[in-house]
Amino acid sequence: MTTDETTTARARPEPIKAVPVRHPGRWAAIAVLAVLAAMFVHLLVTNDKFKWSFMVDNMFRPPIIEGLLRGTVVMTICAMLLGVSLGVVVAIMRLSTNPILRVVAWLYTWVFRAVPRLVLLAVFGNLGILWSRIEFGVPFDTQIGQLFGIDNLQLRVFGFTSRDVLTGFVAGLLGLALSEAGYMAEIVRAGIQSVDEGQSEAASALGMSRGQILRRIVLPQAMRVIIPPTGNETIAMLKDTSLLLAVPYSVELFFQLDAVGKRTFQIFPMYVAAVFWYLFLTSILLVGQYFLERHFAKGYGRTERARIRLRTIAAETGGGGGAGGGQ
Amino acid sequence: MTGQLVPAQAGAPAAESGLMVRAEQVHKSFGPLEVLKGIDLEVRAGEVCCLLGPSGSGKSTFLRCINHLEKINAGRIWVDGDLIGYRERGGKLHELRDKEVAAQRQAVGMVFQRFNLFPHMTVLQNVVEAPVLLRRAKKAEARDRAAQLLDRVGLGDKLGAYPGQLSGGQQQRVAIARALAMQPKLMLFDEPTSALDPELVGEVLDVMKNLARDGMTMIVVTHEIGFAREVGDSLVFMDGGVVVEQGNPREVIAAPKHERTKAFLAKVL
Repeated sequence: MTTDETTTARARPEPIKAVPVRHPGRWAAIAVLAVLAAMFVHLLVTNDKFKWSFMVDNMFRPPIIEGLLRGTVVMTICAMLLGVSLGVVVAIMRLSTNPILRVVAWLYTWVFRAVPRLVLLAVFGNLGILWSRIEFGVPFDTQIGQLFGIDNLQLRVFGFTSRDVLTGFVAGLLGLALSEAGYMAEIVRAGIQSVDEGQSEAASALGMSRGQILRRIVLPQAMRVIIPPTGNETIAMLKDTSLLLAVPYSVELFFQLDAVGKRTFQIFPMYVAAVFWYLFLTSILLVGQYFLERHFAKGYGRTERARIRLRTIAAETGGGGGAGGGQ
Repeated sequence: MTGQLVPAQAGAPAAESGLMVRAEQVHKSFGPLEVLKGIDLEVRAGEVCCLLGPSGSGKSTFLRCINHLEKINAGRIWVDGDLIGYRERGGKLHELRDKEVAAQRQAVGMVFQRFNLFPHMTVLQNVVEAPVLLRRAKKAEARDRAAQLLDRVGLGDKLGAYPGQLSGGQQQRVAIARALAMQPKLMLFDEPTSALDPELVGEVLDVMKNLARDGMTMIVVTHEIGFAREVGDSLVFMDGGVVVEQGNPREVIAAPKHERTKAFLAKVL
């Protein structure tokens, strides 16, 4: 009779109520962290050399805010725009069928990834030492002129004085953007190469040209791979604007904080202010990055696929959740 | 799924010989590995030619040579009278430019084993993309035509869906509609049902049968013996990079002459 009971009884069994596994390690960790945190707060509060009120009074001064806007925020935006555009061009050159373009692109990434940004900025900031005037025209014009017996032949199209153009901002922008393009080229290249070969094959079988395939089929799909590291690059760029000190370019957040610190002999409070400012700015970018990644992961990620599968199952079993349909 | 998939004139022979595809002594190597060792093939306009053979026999490679996705090392291929990939001038072969190759490919549709739909576009956009980009067709007209084509492959209700939301069979039918949207003279199928669940194979084969009935010239690499027997006008059995046997599919399948054909058919039937 017992067998009968087990086969016929279809009553739902009681939900499981088990004693959960204990985690004593977690409590120990909390205790240790609490002590460490107390020590840290003690350190901040009892040492009056931090001069908290001085820091708060000075970290919002107009020159500092101006430096923050122009040297940090605007510079980050400009350098990233220029760096990303140039990076895409270099990446496409790197993947081109033209061997000369490939070599040029490789050389570019090699040079600009090998030289530290700080050094690049110092170099660009001081180009004026080499040339007081920068001119564009036929190379070796005077030398060629001498070959044909013409003295002082000058074939220059246009030019300008270094001091007018290579101001702190432009020199800094060039240094940061050119270096960024080197890294972005590698990121874009990885993104393009991550797209399945079958995609360009299908597109060329339809009769699209290489350029059309890149623009319409490959790059849009590569974006999903390109966006997250580009977000990281933007955050890194925001922090690297503090290197503009080497140009030197003075309308910049850290330069200004440092200047106030040195002038008032209160160096440390102003460095702490810099820590807070950069924490604040990068946090904003982190939030932006989160939403951007969520947008470009549409239709791909694990959760999205699971959702589609659930919807199909629901539709098949007659449940709600409207099947198919666009987004 | 009624109505014609192909406009009436598509089936009409264009080259004076009535041949849509002519391949002569096609050789292809990947490095030291010779995959095609002299393939000769003729496919008449309106004919369905089925390529059969064990994997590695070179049938997919040969198919990819026909639209120049692979460059051949020796031999010649003509589609509708045009030499593929080259121009013969003064007894010398000149490589065609990328643009010219692309133009040749527009006349040849291709369907892949793995569908290769564009995942970032909706079903409708997948079908509209090439005609709008290449034929300079008006967007509205192209959309109407695409919607018609999709309706005829039984997907009129999925225009706004993304490929990731469709089953394999549905994706492959979209891929067929996408290729047809360019109004090709010739359709190449590279194992179109091999990546599908068994229950989904039928819906794709049905679309292909309709296409054959409408007079489309087709070359189909397949393992579907039933399809070859029912729809095929000719059957080509390849092994080891050569054509082993060819002829009427019903005759070849019923009474294969060659040992290798017999052995292969014994395994798949």
